[in-house]
Amino acid sequence: MATAAITAERENYLNQEYGIKSWLLTVDHKRIALLYLLSITFFFFIGGFFALLIRLELLTPAGDLVQADTYNKLFSMHGQVMIFFFLIPSIPAVLGNFLVPLMIGAKDLAFPRINLLSWYLYIIAGVLMVHCMLTGGVDTGWTFYTPFSTAFSNTKVIEAGLAIFISGFSSILTGLNFVVTIHRMRAPGMTWDRLPLFIWAHYATSIIQLLGTPVVAVTLVLVVLERALHLGIFDPTRGGDPLLFQHLFWFYSHPAVYIMILPSMGVVTEIIPCFCRKRIFGYKFVALSSISIAVFGFLVWAHHMFVAGISLYAALIFSALSYLVAVPSAIKVFNWTATMYKGSITFSTPMLYAFGFVGLFTMGGLTGLFLAALGLDVHVTDTYFVVAHFHYIMVGGALMGYLGGMHFWWPKISGRMYPESLGRLAALIVFLGFNLTFFPQFILGYLGMPRRYWQYPPEFQVLNVLSTAGATVLAVGYLLPMVYFLWSMRYGKVAPDNPWGASGLEWMTTSPPPTFNFDQPPVVNWEAYDYEHIPAPQEARSGG
Amino acid sequence: MFDTFPLWPTRASTTAGSVDALFIFLVTLSALMSLVIFTMIMVFAVRYRRRKGVAAEQIEGSTALEVTWSVIPLFIFVVIFVWGAVIYFKERTPPRGATEVYVVAKQWMWKLQHEEGQREINELHVPLGRDVKMILTSQDVIHSFYVPAFRIKQDVLPGRYTTAWFRPTKAGTYHLFCAEYCGSQHSGMIGQVVVLEPAQYEVWLSGGGASGTMASNGQNIFQQLGCSTCHRSDTQGRGPDLVGLFGKPVQLEDGRVVTADENYIRESILTPGAKVVSGFKPIMPVFQGLVSEEQLNALVAYVKSLNPSPSGAAGGPTVVPSGAKPQEPKVQ
Repeated sequence: MATAAITAERENYLNQEYGIKSWLLTVDHKRIALLYLLSITFFFFIGGFFALLIRLELLTPAGDLVQADTYNKLFSMHGQVMIFFFLIPSIPAVLGNFLVPLMIGAKDLAFPRINLLSWYLYIIAGVLMVHCMLTGGVDTGWTFYTPFSTAFSNTKVIEAGLAIFISGFSSILTGLNFVVTIHRMRAPGMTWDRLPLFIWAHYATSIIQLLGTPVVAVTLVLVVLERALHLGIFDPTRGGDPLLFQHLFWFYSHPAVYIMILPSMGVVTEIIPCFCRKRIFGYKFVALSSISIAVFGFLVWAHHMFVAGISLYAALIFSALSYLVAVPSAIKVFNWTATMYKGSITFSTPMLYAFGFVGLFTMGGLTGLFLAALGLDVHVTDTYFVVAHFHYIMVGGALMGYLGGMHFWWPKISGRMYPESLGRLAALIVFLGFNLTFFPQFILGYLGMPRRYWQYPPEFQVLNVLSTAGATVLAVGYLLPMVYFLWSMRYGKVAPDNPWGASGLEWMTTSPPPTFNFDQPPVVNWEAYDYEHIPAPQEARSGG
Repeated sequence: MFDTFPLWPTRASTTAGSVDALFIFLVTLSALMSLVIFTMIMVFAVRYRRRKGVAAEQIEGSTALEVTWSVIPLFIFVVIFVWGAVIYFKERTPPRGATEVYVVAKQWMWKLQHEEGQREINELHVPLGRDVKMILTSQDVIHSFYVPAFRIKQDVLPGRYTTAWFRPTKAGTYHLFCAEYCGSQHSGMIGQVVVLEPAQYEVWLSGGGASGTMASNGQNIFQQLGCSTCHRSDTQGRGPDLVGLFGKPVQLEDGRVVTADENYIRESILTPGAKVVSGFKPIMPVFQGLVSEEQLNALVAYVKSLNPSPSGAAGGPTVVPSGAKPQEPKVQ
């Protein structure tokens, strides 16, 4: 088609330069986002592969598929890869990197070279992690609890610790770049109360990355030092305190949950108004709830330690504070729901993921109330109840949001449309597979099955079989988008500039955008989510 | 022994009932809250699906609504918090007069000793209807003592004691799990808690090959190590008198006042310089690395037995025997 050919030839960030050097030395935030996309997808499939092996091992009560030590390495590296190499960078480093400058009307991030540096740090960390996995792996869990990690494990703790330490710097630099960019690079008229809520969510996330990550970095260095030089920091036989490690670790690792979920909330907050054709309900409350989650998130870490041997009164305070952090999360859920009221709703793939997110996040959040209740936490902590709970938040929540966002902005990123009916099918498969995998684990947990068990008493088998069955369904649901995204890059319909009729500056430039994002520097004189004045979705044209 | 496909864990302790009650409340509450939210989403999705000629109505928001749906959950959260805290407070406060069991965890085994002296491995026999207090420590990494049927769990740390307690309400055999990842055979570090009728328990207790109570073992160690030389019941000792010490506040040399609990006694044996009692010199040798966890437990049991209160350890001596032969003090 003649028009399609002309559109495809139009200069954009993808076709402006060719060759491997133009990618590896790029300082374009959009290209760096794609570099991140490739890298985190690689790690997602590694982590997913470990998860499948874990689920297959748990199909039978006996430990029969892999050795106990192998199993311990599998769940340890599944956690480390998924958290530090997939979830934490996922939305910020891919969608955030791509969209933050576009959404605020900037040419690029404030520090394009630092942005590239952060990707290289991530790659160095990733290579180290892969090397660690290939040469024996690590069996400390993702939590590195001492003194097991410092004095007892005979696996590659130091290497894994250093890999995560380095990836932390990548995370810090991304956060730093976003904070400065959001403060300094907004287009004329893009005031704080006109910012898309995706930006607010990333601003809150960046604050956590900046303030929290150094703490886990220092903690891991202390683990490495104690292990290598036998210092007595956490090991009681050398005068250390193992609980000190847990305090330091969770001081970061609880807020890290919000690094994973806040950007996802930001994505959903863009999708829902778009497919309801409505301004978001309670803009200010949604924005402030992101900030308050980031702030309160720093004050609840010891709720991971209610049976660890902390004092009764410390436990009371941390339990109470944990309920406070639940309030802003509840506010978000109510506002998303209220946004649908009197809307004009369509059910495109991104919206299905947003529905899935709200449902699964709600369940994850509600089961968080169980865990914050002291007397009940004693029974369910360190069981599959916890495993189910945090997968509802981090996979049901964060990952659903990521997939929803990938579908929503794929036309902008690639310039092509993905096949809509396959997209909806995949969303449905992911939702069903997810629930089949993780809902039985709530029951397993209340029955008392501890987490990180290679073999288990036979009465837990039925629920474990259900969970494993769900995991295979889930795997199909994750493979499908990867296949059709790749397919669409060549065969997908050519995307119009604004296929969804969405608000936001990123839709006012071409798909894909030019290297410097906008032909004319934009000036904003409208409110955020101004769906009253946004034209209806444009038709996608068939491509070649 | 166990169901093939249970959907609810056995309820076998006084704690289990109260934990289950809160759990059922929360399940009901969550179901209701989800139902409200999901129903609203469903109804809106159908009622407000896109139709030709019908535009969305732009609504800014509503501060009144925002306040409502912040304050109502907060109020509910306070109720849950208090409820959970009350249960936790009971879980963390062992009743007086509980039977004591000392637990030493190691990779990958539970070693238990009753105060009467019986030792068990990966198995714990307890009498129905009596309070049992566990004093737990680890020889290596962190473990966690978990009995789902009792709804209790307590991490077991190296270098200190933690405590937990339960009162069994149903005879039977229940899982004992290690709930804190502890290395290769973490999932093999399991055992059983056997709750016996009191009469059966007495039979079991007398059948074991225990050589003396923990306190009397402790007393022997106390003398072998030469502790009795300085810790004497008269006022002539170079160390503080230990009779009646347990559970009492202790004035320290640096002005602090601490309670003489199990951890205090433990620390004062292993690293006596950490907390020196007011009026005494820091002359006691360090026993870190010189006594095993089992010996330490026996010493603690012995010191506790020196309390004249009737709730003291069963069968233990109540005073330092005057006939004990003093030995040479062990220096460094």
